[in-house]
Amino acid sequence: MTLQETLATADRAEPGAIVNNLSILVATVNGSGSQTANNVLLRALFKMGIPVSGKNLFPSNIQGLPTWFTIRANRQGFLARKEEADILVAMNRATVREDLLQLIPGGVCLYPEDFPAGRLRADLTAYPMPVSRLARESGAEASLRPYVANMVYAGVLAWELGIDLAEIEAALQIHFKGKASSVKLNFGVVESAFQFASENLKKKDPYRVERMSAAEGRLLVDGNTSAALGAIYGGVSFAAWYPITPASSLAETLHEYLPRLRKDPQSGKNDFVIVQAEDELGALGMAVGAGWMGARSMTSTSGPGLSLMAEFSGLASYAEVPVVIWDVQRIGPSTGLPTRVSQGDLMFVHAIGHGGQRQVVLLPGPEECFEFGWKALDLAARLQAPVFVLSDLDIGMNQWIMPPFRYPDRPIDRGKILSAEDLDRLGGFARYRDVDGDGIPWRTLPGTDHPKAAYFTRGSGHDENAEYSEDPEVYAANMARLQRKLTTAAKLVPTPVLRSTAGARIGLIGFGSTDPAIQETQHILEEQGTPTDYLRIRALPFAPLVEEFITGHDRTYVVEMNTDGQLFGLLKMDVPQGASRLRSLAHSDGLPIAADWIVRAFRAQEE
Amino acid sequence: MASVVETKSGNTNLVGLEKTEYRGLETTLCQGCGHNSITSQIVTACFQLSIPPEKIIKVSGIGCSSKAAAYFLSRSHGFNGLHGRMPSIATGAVLSNPELHAIGMSGDGDTANIGLGQFKHLVRRNVPMVYIVANNGVYGLTKGQFSATADQGLELKHEGQNELPPIDICLEALVGGATFVARSFAGDPKQLSTLLKAALAHKGTAVLDVISPCVTFNNKDESPKSYAWGKAHEAPLHDITFIPYSPEMEIEYGPGELKRVSFDDGSVVWLKKVAADHDPGDRLAAIRLMELARTDGHFVTGLIYVTTDQPTFVDISRLSATPLSHLPDDRLRPAPQTLDEINLRLS
Repeated sequence: MTLQETLATADRAEPGAIVNNLSILVATVNGSGSQTANNVLLRALFKMGIPVSGKNLFPSNIQGLPTWFTIRANRQGFLARKEEADILVAMNRATVREDLLQLIPGGVCLYPEDFPAGRLRADLTAYPMPVSRLARESGAEASLRPYVANMVYAGVLAWELGIDLAEIEAALQIHFKGKASSVKLNFGVVESAFQFASENLKKKDPYRVERMSAAEGRLLVDGNTSAALGAIYGGVSFAAWYPITPASSLAETLHEYLPRLRKDPQSGKNDFVIVQAEDELGALGMAVGAGWMGARSMTSTSGPGLSLMAEFSGLASYAEVPVVIWDVQRIGPSTGLPTRVSQGDLMFVHAIGHGGQRQVVLLPGPEECFEFGWKALDLAARLQAPVFVLSDLDIGMNQWIMPPFRYPDRPIDRGKILSAEDLDRLGGFARYRDVDGDGIPWRTLPGTDHPKAAYFTRGSGHDENAEYSEDPEVYAANMARLQRKLTTAAKLVPTPVLRSTAGARIGLIGFGSTDPAIQETQHILEEQGTPTDYLRIRALPFAPLVEEFITGHDRTYVVEMNTDGQLFGLLKMDVPQGASRLRSLAHSDGLPIAADWIVRAFRAQEE
Repeated sequence: MASVVETKSGNTNLVGLEKTEYRGLETTLCQGCGHNSITSQIVTACFQLSIPPEKIIKVSGIGCSSKAAAYFLSRSHGFNGLHGRMPSIATGAVLSNPELHAIGMSGDGDTANIGLGQFKHLVRRNVPMVYIVANNGVYGLTKGQFSATADQGLELKHEGQNELPPIDICLEALVGGATFVARSFAGDPKQLSTLLKAALAHKGTAVLDVISPCVTFNNKDESPKSYAWGKAHEAPLHDITFIPYSPEMEIEYGPGELKRVSFDDGSVVWLKKVAADHDPGDRLAAIRLMELARTDGHFVTGLIYVTTDQPTFVDISRLSATPLSHLPDDRLRPAPQTLDEINLRLS
């Protein structure tokens, strides 16, 4: 039995209705303005207190190619993408045949009345909509009609499911930032579509929504916005970047908020700099220069940009310069599918740069971009190292329901910095000496007013005094110290999150945006009589708990969105004691992973 | 300044330092390398201008020239970065603390080959710094390959003949929007020292291309980047006098053939016509001058172009007075109620 059937059976046991448990697929044309309707629907459901997710599956294109948006509402809070839809809004004539294949048997289809959708599958509940007529009658100028046409399906869905029109209007207010004429025009179409449906269509499907309180007091926000705000509350003062999907909106959010939040109260001038660099070489180079100087510094990019950043990552790591690098992953290799998701950069990021040095990588779940945003800056300063944060397109560009951002619970950490007074007291310092035994040396900032403050930072081999050295022992000792630093890092990074089920002998391991799908998998498997424990890894290098988890279970399945099982590979390498207990569930096709797939792949290996 | 008791010879500058306190490590470059003359002039210029070495940063790329950053100003923080990427490191560093003077040390391969893109974006942004190219037309550390500034027809032992036209760093800088472009010759310490001081007084990117013969791989007398050729074909534009700004000193020079260039810090350069009647404030004339010199087979030295009208990258960043590197915690992290407002707006 698929999850869909499991849940549907449970729901249909109550007479008639399926309440707050549905998935909608909206198929439209890119650039047609459907995002307004989709986001407004998402927001209206959110404001009705229903757990809901929306995922934009869009092409790398400005206008004209097919695009899809999925909305899933689930009262139990399972919000991963579904493979199949209960309801299809078929607005794209070019893709309607394929789109219909994604509907469950007996599903619902809303479509413009001149489409053949109703004829293509006899099992459907069909709701034809007079899209052109309502757009024409809306009073919109001819050029705006294709845009307001999308409000027709918003109105018909509101009728079909019982979405509160007041919430739709409120969502439009937010979308159009209160611009009365736009709200009036669009909401007018929603109302007339609603009225048309009430008078002309007969409700024949079981789906409906009802107010809940599950989403009360929560935010609806995308991961890139969360990340940028997290960085701001972490004190970021220097950001350099180069435009790339799906990372651009992270830097653009810095652009939006930094001028509001980080001006010098006295002069009104900037306590920050954002530079759009000439490329990603320059972006990370500038961020490294700023980190070296003592600014809290970051950059944000995606895979192709990260390839260019490999050079500076290695320098920052070896010269021990603090900097934060966000990688909002898209699917590769090479240009790949620029608007589709994957977790294909994990191994690359962890081992980025030639010469073989592992890097610290934070792996936020969808709700953790804010927290990891400020923590990454503290960690980089503490470790004097590049700290990578691995997000992805699903986390970064889609909106998620999450608890309000929590103000950092500790003061800003600037790491081990010696002042001129310290140098007076100490009589000098050795830049790369492991004074404290944690592998982290002390540094001075350029400009420190002391004749013994200066040192010569270099990417070439160096001794404790930062002087050039080719001495084999000096080299080996320095690399051993850097290894010690990585061990220290493993103690400072966010620890894994465990979700256990009583009696579980089988483990699941994952990270990042697959979290909702794995939680749902855990639920389905438990219902099917297979209890599992789930460990969500939140950083590399691995915390000691990871080994305990693997060796404590008969088998552990590693779930990830890439083709080659990168986390699986890293675990086999770094937790060799558990290697024989590990199984790989790696899947990557550009779409957010679905629990249905994980369950099927799990069963296939178990049998 | 923290308390350090040292015996002084008495020959100190305005900040009470001796010239030795501006020195770097012992050079490991070849004997007779032009780069050593450059580093020694940097030491002299910084000493004479009385810039505390702690208020200077040195940034460099990779190559013989970039190694040279270790051979001056040991009391200044230095960053020997990546090949061709010094401009980006410098940009981030300078924006994070514009109170410090930045001296960039690069070479022809570092600037005109691997780093041409970053170089042009640096001058376009007018990042306040002195950008020195020790230019010898040849790769030293990798033992004698042509760089992009190698002259057409140049023959080298292992590489044969260079058939490609050279990239002129000063011309690239001019076209890229540089606000200070000068060329000098490592064998002309007086001019080099004067230009270095002017470059240090300039408020934007000061590009200083220094022909610096490679005695090991490219010093045949017929090579335009050799000492012999340089001495024979150098065409200085002006006799140059640099007067650093000092509140006590108000000297008036008569007009005549002298041209005055004032910098934002109050320093002044006096130019006395030698050969060409070149106005360094005229960008088009500067470009024309470079082109004519190329066809005539000589290289012009001196202050080729300067303007103080263009805002720097620091200016347009509208930074507050406290450097980003020294912002106190309460200016790094916005107050809690601002986050409450954001949470409300996003809910």
